[in-house]
Amino acid sequence: MRRRYVLERKGVLATLLTAPAVLFIGLLVGAPLGLAIYLSFTDAIAGSLSGKWIGLANYRSALNDPIFRSALWNTVVFTVISQAIVIVCAGLLAHALIRSFRGRWFIRFLILLPWAAPIALTAIGFLWFYDPQASIFTWFLIHLHLVDPANPPNWLGTPRAAMSSIITVQAWRILPFATVIFLAGISSIPQEVDDAAAIDGATGLKKFWYVSLPLQLPIAIVAVLFGIVFTATDMIVPYILTNGGPFNSTQVLTTYAFQTGINAGNIGEGAAIALFMLPLLAGVTIAMLFFARRAEVT
Amino acid sequence: MTSGWRHKAFAYGVTVPFAIVLAFPFFWMAVTSLKPEAQVYDPTKVWSFHPTLSSYGYLFHHTEYLQWIRNSTVVGLAVVLITLAVAVPAGYALARLSGRVGRSLGVGLFLTYLVPPTLLFLPLSRVIAQLHLSDRLWALILVYPSFTIPFAIWLLMGFFKAVPQELEDAALIDGCSRLGALVRVVLPVSVPGLITVVIFTFSLVINEFVYAITFISSATNRTLTVGVPTDLIRGDLYNWPGIMAAILLPSIPLALLYNAFLNRFITGFTGGAFR
Repeated sequence: MRRRYVLERKGVLATLLTAPAVLFIGLLVGAPLGLAIYLSFTDAIAGSLSGKWIGLANYRSALNDPIFRSALWNTVVFTVISQAIVIVCAGLLAHALIRSFRGRWFIRFLILLPWAAPIALTAIGFLWFYDPQASIFTWFLIHLHLVDPANPPNWLGTPRAAMSSIITVQAWRILPFATVIFLAGISSIPQEVDDAAAIDGATGLKKFWYVSLPLQLPIAIVAVLFGIVFTATDMIVPYILTNGGPFNSTQVLTTYAFQTGINAGNIGEGAAIALFMLPLLAGVTIAMLFFARRAEVT
Repeated sequence: MTSGWRHKAFAYGVTVPFAIVLAFPFFWMAVTSLKPEAQVYDPTKVWSFHPTLSSYGYLFHHTEYLQWIRNSTVVGLAVVLITLAVAVPAGYALARLSGRVGRSLGVGLFLTYLVPPTLLFLPLSRVIAQLHLSDRLWALILVYPSFTIPFAIWLLMGFFKAVPQELEDAALIDGCSRLGALVRVVLPVSVPGLITVVIFTFSLVINEFVYAITFISSATNRTLTVGVPTDLIRGDLYNWPGIMAAILLPSIPLALLYNAFLNRFITGFTGGAFR
């Protein structure tokens, strides 16, 4: 009887029910994060859990490493350009997709495909579409007379083309997700607000700018922040398509951390490279908290 | 009337080109997967060729593709079970029982979802080695809930908040304990939400790449996303039709499931924060 009474107290029950989740996350996210920070100050190599404490040496050698510096810059380029494309396209697409029209279900299915299919697999598909001898993109461009058949583009083989190629694939992959969340933002605007704006004489662009946009902005920003995190911290697309090449021109933080930490076995140095993502994550987290609260107020 | 026409023209004018561009890769994968290997590189055979299913046969009989599907499924199901066992109680407690503190804790747990595998794979690879789990599916079953649990708690908080409080109050008045009310009242009306969580958790697991490529080293233990890029691509001579078939087979059912449960997913995803 007494035990049951205790279980009826909200605070006690809530603590008991959340404890496993908090423990699991603490052990498998919190602890490894701490371990990553510790390892980054050591000269640990594959095969040992700890190394000698070497202070900031890993960070110093990373910052002096030209490949690391270009990886940092490439991460910025890769993230900013792909997400800029995503924002513009998703905004347009969401406003069209919110309307009801025949065949909407099927069109939405097609639009969602890149997000629903496993990217590690579809990225391999692009390896084939970008094939130097049989690229379907080259075939199209030749038939549109945009490309000289004697001198076809080497999509993944030259630095500039390789970066554009992986940006395209990343934008292709994130666009459906952003569209879907933008859609949720638009449809969260209550009909009354729309009507009130119409009665007050707001129409077209004016209504969009002063009423619809501010209301859907918080959710849209959350979608964009997710896109930034999924792009800057993910390595699947560059890893599969170029693995950082040619000549490190598409090397990003994640691929370089993997190559240093796993392939070369310098765990401490790899951890230090990966930890350069932390400031970005902290910034995004703060922004996310801020905008989630804004969204709640509105 | 004219505005209705323009309305539709805008909708089709924007969505159809986007749909074609976004879905074209899948169409081209399907076309390639049906080509005989000899004609794959022949640029004159873009459309005209004799379709064959031989690449699918190759995939099933001469590679470990089926084994990878089995591995991915086993890991996926195990992780779904662990995730539900941990996330359902936590999601309920955070949605219903713990007020402001619970909201902050919910947001805090969700933010751990943002800590990427690319940051944790190096320390975790050492931990996995110490636990003697290297190259075993158990390593993945242990580690994957670290990102599926925050994600699932977040969705479930959204779904549980949408259950009318009165239903629960009525059960409590009828003599149910709080846990009884969760099991007998809240869970049954949340079944669609639970299915949504199962599907999206499963698909997160199928999608995972970084941990799988770090922890698993032998071909028979690989999951789908790692087996295809590492073992089907041999040397410089790729069997492109077979690889395209290997990509399409899991993608299409996943996409159909996704599409069917997307609306609920959005409700849960945005409901956790924006309500």
